[in-house]
Amino acid sequence: MSDTILELDHIEKSFGGTSVLHGVSLSVQHGEFVTLLGPSGCGKTTTLRIIAGLETPDAGRVLLRGTDMTAAPPEKRDVNTVFQNYALFPHMTVAANIGYSLKLKKMPRTEIAAQVQQALELVQLDGFGTRMPAELSGGQRQRVAIARALVNRPSVLLLDEPLGALDLQLRRQMQLELKRLQKQLGLTFIYITHDQEEALNMSDRIAVMHEGRFEQVGTPAEVYDRPRTSFVARFVGTANIVKGQVLQNEEGILTVHTAGGQVPALCCNCGKGAGDGVTLAVRSEHVEFCTEGGIPATVKEKTFAGGMLRISLALENGDELVASRHGIDIALSAGEGVRVTWSAQNAVPVDTHTEAQV
Amino acid sequence: MKNRTKLPNIYLGIILFVIYLPIVLVVVYSFNESKISSVWGGFSLRWYETLFRDKDMFEALVNSIVLGLSSSLAAAIIGTLGAVGFTKITARTKNVVEYISMLPMMTPEIILGMVFMAFFSLLGLPFGMTTLIIGHTAFCIPYIYMLVKARLVGMDKSLPEAARDLGASETRVFFDITLPLIAPAIASGMLLSFAMSFDDVIISLFVTGVNVNTLPIKVYTSLKTGVTPEINALCTLMLAFTILVVTVSALLGRKKS
Repeated sequence: MSDTILELDHIEKSFGGTSVLHGVSLSVQHGEFVTLLGPSGCGKTTTLRIIAGLETPDAGRVLLRGTDMTAAPPEKRDVNTVFQNYALFPHMTVAANIGYSLKLKKMPRTEIAAQVQQALELVQLDGFGTRMPAELSGGQRQRVAIARALVNRPSVLLLDEPLGALDLQLRRQMQLELKRLQKQLGLTFIYITHDQEEALNMSDRIAVMHEGRFEQVGTPAEVYDRPRTSFVARFVGTANIVKGQVLQNEEGILTVHTAGGQVPALCCNCGKGAGDGVTLAVRSEHVEFCTEGGIPATVKEKTFAGGMLRISLALENGDELVASRHGIDIALSAGEGVRVTWSAQNAVPVDTHTEAQV
Repeated sequence: MKNRTKLPNIYLGIILFVIYLPIVLVVVYSFNESKISSVWGGFSLRWYETLFRDKDMFEALVNSIVLGLSSSLAAAIIGTLGAVGFTKITARTKNVVEYISMLPMMTPEIILGMVFMAFFSLLGLPFGMTTLIIGHTAFCIPYIYMLVKARLVGMDKSLPEAARDLGASETRVFFDITLPLIAPAIASGMLLSFAMSFDDVIISLFVTGVNVNTLPIKVYTSLKTGVTPEINALCTLMLAFTILVVTVSALLGRKKS
């Protein structure tokens, strides 16, 4: 536990009677890039504000380097935040913005200037020190906000949807740059986003949040390939959810009866046996077409988007299933009857208890 | 443009005739050589000369400036504190505070004047500059409060939070972030307050002492003996000054957007 830099211990918070966080716990290692991923209103910003000290939790503890900081005001915490709207001080130059925290520490002027210069170079804004925030573009403001938060070398850097206001191309570029900065400086990042692609791209670990709870905390691969709940399966990479009944469990391979057919699924210690109901998550790219076995379906429509062909299928029980393929077209037409299946390792049983709406 | 209504023109006509014509007349007649206001005797600056020689008038001017400066400064401090405090209280108390703060603006001045007079004599305060400053401060506070509060409400809430996050105490946040950002509103409110104080007659009449005259009181009392050309000259100067102050105040207010 020596390398644990931040620990959230059963944090609870409600605003005006509405419970926002229900006992959130998380432990973050030094140098880790952890992303809080979830839809808006799931409590991720509140979690971040509690870490920063801008909100006080109703219950639970925040530990920084093993010290209980739950009651400490934000200025006493070795944590800095990059705000969603950047929150640059409009009446100060870029250099004064970046150097503000150093000035508060009563650092000598020449040293502040040197560190500010270094921070500007780090975010590739060399020569912008004398500009005012209003004279900068969105991407440049973003860099200033990052430099201002980094100059202090905080134990943990909190980033609240820092790329939310940027266009797609700039977003991609900044994703790489942020990742580079984090590795280069060996910093611990806690990053908020509702963009699953961004989360999968950048994180060491992802905490998927839903209605004030962590549904699953794991590496991008774990969250993507082995979603624990149907919410995670749907939110991360939009998986198909198929409900059925277990016919048999043979050494961890389930045979599931659903929608007029039988499909296999993987069950590592899932404890399901014959007769149990089960919900499976299957990624669209893993849905295969076959000539016999599997489940019968009808092709509803084909759409081409983002280099992938999406084939919507209607199952006998009325559920919809989506299959995807690379390429522009496939030898199937709307209305055609097909059979679909998947290999056992691509279908995972998930919990549905938290599923309210997606 | 056939369907354009004549209403705006009628409105403009009334405004010009009722407000601006008298002003223009006063300005024109302040340069009148003749002693009788209604007769034009040629251009002259002699009334301005007489005005500047008038010792009582000069004393009244100094009084008015001292009064305007002190009361707008006091109102700026109190009003700003009020507005800053307002952002930190709960929604339920907010309405009450808001109402209490705005009430002086809606109360007729004559009532405020009477109330101040009764209260000051009850306290046994000697009437004079002190009572004038207290009275003027009181009616200037709402203007500062209103302007500063509008500015604070429009301010990005994450700015003070960012400053706290970077290590500033609450006091530092006020002086480093909040104050610089609301300074234009305070300045604009102070100018407005100064203008309000500078031309106030009613409240001043109630709370001033026997020997303390402000410029507006002086004008008012002089008028009892008829409109003299000297007063025209004074009004012209005050008008010029007011226009200057209001323009500067408006420019300061516009800078924020």
